[in-house]
Amino acid sequence: MPPPAASSRYPSPSQPSGKSEVTDLKSQLRQLAGSRAPGVDDSKRDLFKKVISYMTIGIDVSSVFGEMVMCSATSDIVLKKMCYLYVGNYAKGNPDLSLLTINFLQRDCKDEDPMIRGLALRSLCSLRVPNLVEYLLGPLGSGLKDNNSYVRTIAVTGVLKLYHISASTCIDAEFPATLKSLMLHDSDAQVVANCLAALQEIWSLEASHSEEACREKESLLSKPLIYYFLNRIKEFNEWAQCLILELAVKYVPSDSNDIFDIMNLLEDRLQHANGAVVLATVKVFLQLTLSMTDVHQQVYERIKSPLLTLVSSGSPEQSYAILSHLHLLVVRAPFIFASDYKHFYCQYNEPSYVKKLKLEMLTAIANESNTYEIVTELCEYAANVDIEIARESIRAVGKIALQQYDVNAIVDRLLQFLEMEKDYVTAETLVLVKDLLRKHPQWSHDCISVVGGISSKNIQEPKAKAALIWMLGEYAQDMSDAPYILENLIENWEEEHSAEVRLHLLTAAMKCFFKRAPETQKALGIALAAGIADFHQDVHDRALFYYRVLQYDVHVAESVVSPPQQAVSAFADTQSSEIKDRIFDEFNSLSVIYQKPSYMFTDKEHRGPFEFSEELGSTSITPEVSSDIVPAQQFEANDKDLLLSTDEKDDNKGLSSNNCSAYTAPYESSNISSQMQELAISGPAASATTTQSSFDFDDLLGLGLSAAPAPTPSPPLLKLNPRASLDPRAFQQKWRQLPISLTQEYSVNPQGIAALTVPQSLIKHMQSHSIHCIASGGQSPNFKFFFFAQKEAEPSDYLTECIINSSSAKAQIKVKADDQSTSQAFATVFETALSKFGMP
Amino acid sequence: MMISQFFVLSQRGDNIVFRDYRAEVPKGSTETFFRKVKFWKEDGNAEAPPIFVDGVNYFHVKVVGLYFVATTRVNVSPSLVLELLQRIARVIKDYLGVLNEDSFRKNFVLVYELLDEVIDFGYVQTTSTEVLKSYVFNEPIVIAPARLQPIDPAAIFTQGAKRMPGTAVTKSVVANDPSGRRREEIFVDIIEKISVTFSSSGYILTSEIDGTIQMKSYLSGNPEIRIALNEDLNIGRDYRSSSGSGVILDDCNFHESVRLDSFDSDRTLSLVPPDGEFPVMNYRMTQEFKPPFHVNTLIEEAGRLKAEVIIKIRAEFPSDIIANTITVQMPLPNFTSRASFELEPGAAGQKTDFKESNKMLEWSLKKASIVGGAEHTLRAKLTFSQEFHGNITKEAGPVSMTFTIPMYNVSKLQVKYLQIAKKSSSYNPYRWVRYMTQANSYVARI
Repeated sequence: MPPPAASSRYPSPSQPSGKSEVTDLKSQLRQLAGSRAPGVDDSKRDLFKKVISYMTIGIDVSSVFGEMVMCSATSDIVLKKMCYLYVGNYAKGNPDLSLLTINFLQRDCKDEDPMIRGLALRSLCSLRVPNLVEYLLGPLGSGLKDNNSYVRTIAVTGVLKLYHISASTCIDAEFPATLKSLMLHDSDAQVVANCLAALQEIWSLEASHSEEACREKESLLSKPLIYYFLNRIKEFNEWAQCLILELAVKYVPSDSNDIFDIMNLLEDRLQHANGAVVLATVKVFLQLTLSMTDVHQQVYERIKSPLLTLVSSGSPEQSYAILSHLHLLVVRAPFIFASDYKHFYCQYNEPSYVKKLKLEMLTAIANESNTYEIVTELCEYAANVDIEIARESIRAVGKIALQQYDVNAIVDRLLQFLEMEKDYVTAETLVLVKDLLRKHPQWSHDCISVVGGISSKNIQEPKAKAALIWMLGEYAQDMSDAPYILENLIENWEEEHSAEVRLHLLTAAMKCFFKRAPETQKALGIALAAGIADFHQDVHDRALFYYRVLQYDVHVAESVVSPPQQAVSAFADTQSSEIKDRIFDEFNSLSVIYQKPSYMFTDKEHRGPFEFSEELGSTSITPEVSSDIVPAQQFEANDKDLLLSTDEKDDNKGLSSNNCSAYTAPYESSNISSQMQELAISGPAASATTTQSSFDFDDLLGLGLSAAPAPTPSPPLLKLNPRASLDPRAFQQKWRQLPISLTQEYSVNPQGIAALTVPQSLIKHMQSHSIHCIASGGQSPNFKFFFFAQKEAEPSDYLTECIINSSSAKAQIKVKADDQSTSQAFATVFETALSKFGMP
Repeated sequence: MMISQFFVLSQRGDNIVFRDYRAEVPKGSTETFFRKVKFWKEDGNAEAPPIFVDGVNYFHVKVVGLYFVATTRVNVSPSLVLELLQRIARVIKDYLGVLNEDSFRKNFVLVYELLDEVIDFGYVQTTSTEVLKSYVFNEPIVIAPARLQPIDPAAIFTQGAKRMPGTAVTKSVVANDPSGRRREEIFVDIIEKISVTFSSSGYILTSEIDGTIQMKSYLSGNPEIRIALNEDLNIGRDYRSSSGSGVILDDCNFHESVRLDSFDSDRTLSLVPPDGEFPVMNYRMTQEFKPPFHVNTLIEEAGRLKAEVIIKIRAEFPSDIIANTITVQMPLPNFTSRASFELEPGAAGQKTDFKESNKMLEWSLKKASIVGGAEHTLRAKLTFSQEFHGNITKEAGPVSMTFTIPMYNVSKLQVKYLQIAKKSSSYNPYRWVRYMTQANSYVARI
């Protein structure tokens, strides 16, 4: 008997203490085991229920294993089921006792009631005891041949269970072959579906060490098999349909007829009430049409409405799952959703994660036609009770302002935010105004007059304070009070807790000094003294650097700290297109919700049976292998801050605002000397200066700048094959596999922009330079082209993504190459070709 | 797919059922999940579902206060798992009649029976109430309908309309009636959730109806059923611009049992309804409609530290229709320290409240019902703790409303007839076609 004290360890009255109850149960079960009294089954049921309920709440009832088995000799199916449940739960921990169950389970496998046969077989296979596998083979073999489909479905899954207990036993018994034949010939849809699931799992796991399994895995994707499933997809239940659709995604169609056949077969699946079926179908459609730009676009149009319906018909969690997928599509093809913007307005009772997603979508789809409405709506949210959403909304307005060319109206709205006199609204707005001015300096006049009216005392948040100080320094000549406000702030140096703000104070004081020396001299002196005495290393270093460079030559100092202002054309994207493409490939999975490719959050064996990334694992771009990639890919996927200016990051990650120039040195905090750091963190103005001087540093520091443009000696001329060919599938595959070896931005001459009204003309033009177009799309002002070219002498391909914005007259190209050492040479050829576009 | 575990937790975090299918998630997953979910803030910055801890993804849906959870290590389709959880809850409800913690605890062995057949080794086998019938041997212990909690949307019917038998939607698909006879009946519910945003000047900024035609059949012998909808029903946005008349849905989807052979020609759906409750059709509509309530809000400064709020709601539906469970909420300026209310003379069953913590004005007409055409007004006098300069309307609002209107739908979508194909002429089962409108997000800006 257990000591009664045992119960005191579990003070909770609602949960039975365990031990003494279990002992009671044990003796009661023992009494009933041999009894044949009438009504004994009812008493057993009550006892079994108690056992199961203890098991559920986590009390260990494994000690009654023997008694449970003794009581299992019954014809009562409810009792049997409870017994099976119990045995399945505890067998693994009690392999010896499990042997006791084999006997009655094997007997039940031969019962005349198919229900009992099935249940017993399922329990037998769920024991998970490796040394009992020999007892499984017989029942499994006959189960697969059973004339009852219920038993067969269970047997098929049983084979998979066996594989997981002992793979070799399963393979040696040639069960996979049996499953394959069942899959092709069984009349019951669920048996077929289970065969497919089991075979996918088994062959995927086997594929790593068996060539045959590899072939078998491939054979699941053969045309006849795919059509075998797709033609009868309606015979399967909705869950099995999802399984089949997942399979179809991996199928490589032979030609466009093939593609259209499949789409026609599956068209009505888009009307299914089950969101999982719809999303799986959408994935098939998207993947099939990747290489057919026009059709791909039609697919977007087609799937929009069903997805929106699903968003509004399920639970909040379901809605969010679907909305995340819409989010992905919206970001990929914003123009297709431009007229649907109202669907992405926030509802007051939605959880904030839904609202955040919607704000991002609204930001993405804002264009000439809808910006006014969207911004008006966003301004409503700025007064939202949920402060986090209010902030996000203001940021969204700012982002829209940054991506638009006509920001007139938006600037007014932003300035109105400042009048709301809410601390957090003002803070967010200041940061945005600063970014806006960096991109559109022409607005300085309007903004500065408003910003000048803000009392710096009311601003507490470091980011906002830093933004205000930056503007004070940058526009010192336009704000009459600037030196005095700065002086005030500098006098309170000791109370300023944020190093970021102190760094900005130093720089602003310098800038102000160059413009209004007499008024600032004193303040600058105090700032430098305080800075040099500062305990923060960066602040100290920067102050010392300023001091020395001033000592050396004031003009040099000015050219370093306050060079002529250069507008930022675009802010860096937070996610590389590589990662985005990878997530798109993993459509209809958790990757979309987490906004990360699966390799970032799952171990390899759990990525799903048919995973691209398995094959691409070695070539994938992970944050660790950063030395040979341009910085754009080093941004962490979860970095929410779209505006990655150097001075906002005092964590030394040094994400450069790389689009403002060709400045692309990859900073790694560990191996950069302090001088380098000073330049890197001294604000956007300074980083523009660094553009010219960086290469010396880079060479000195041996940073291995792979993408360094301009001053490198001109590469040897590259000859391209005028009759190069590459099929779209191969292109896609390559595009996914290869890392970006080069990113560049060119200006397009006005004649070129004019000629672009017929995008086809560019395609023809480039072809005359042996650069071939494989896909194109977009509409004014954003055009996107994919080109490829091949070396004249050898089969080495260059793939290029070219985005031309006709209103900014800029072309952005990304080059991927088999031979990466020649990508610069190719880029030169490309640029030359592009520069001649539109010329007579 | 491959689901590792499925479990149901009570609101306090107790396991009610727990099933491990693949033995690949370490022990303690229920605690891990519960700890995470408990510390999610109800209102504010809840993390987005699913929860991810140590390589395990925890999906959950909350039904009648219980957490239905599935765990997996695989990069699964989130929609599939969430849809499955919802479906499991529905199947269990079909069997137990009433779904709540009590009924769950009393019937957990039956629930295990169901779970055994729904998922095998992590793969979904079936979620059809009908198919599952042959595998389930426990008799459900049915909870008395008197203890029914008003969480089930369909339960609302029992309050407003007297024609509805109270037990209708809480019958188990397998339990026998006390009388020993099954009543032949079928329920078709048209439930519409409406979202409207009014601008400060009172015009409609956005509006949407999310509707569903729900069916629950207790007909023996699975006869075929035809449902006829409005003949002037159109689907697709292309119709929106062309003509003003008719019901125009943006989009809809159907249950897999629905056959659409004659849908294009005469707008009828035919199906053999499976057992249990299921949506025949979900639809979405952005066509303009007449909002059931008009909300008028005024906020005005009245002296240095005072302001007055007047909220007026007017029911814009016919006078034979009655709305109930009405609440009106409005966030007040942050510096509001006190609010005193003044209801119209003779107001009964109305309650007012000022929630100091989140500065929320609450006007509840839960006990009262609003008859079509009626108008109600609330006046509130606010006292501020500090002086305020600027635009007071930017500091308060928007006003949001919740309500339920039985026997009324705004889309004008109708079930014209419900035909049951059965040979015998004496066969005349009960057919219940019921309409209901609910507010989803009903907001008036000020």
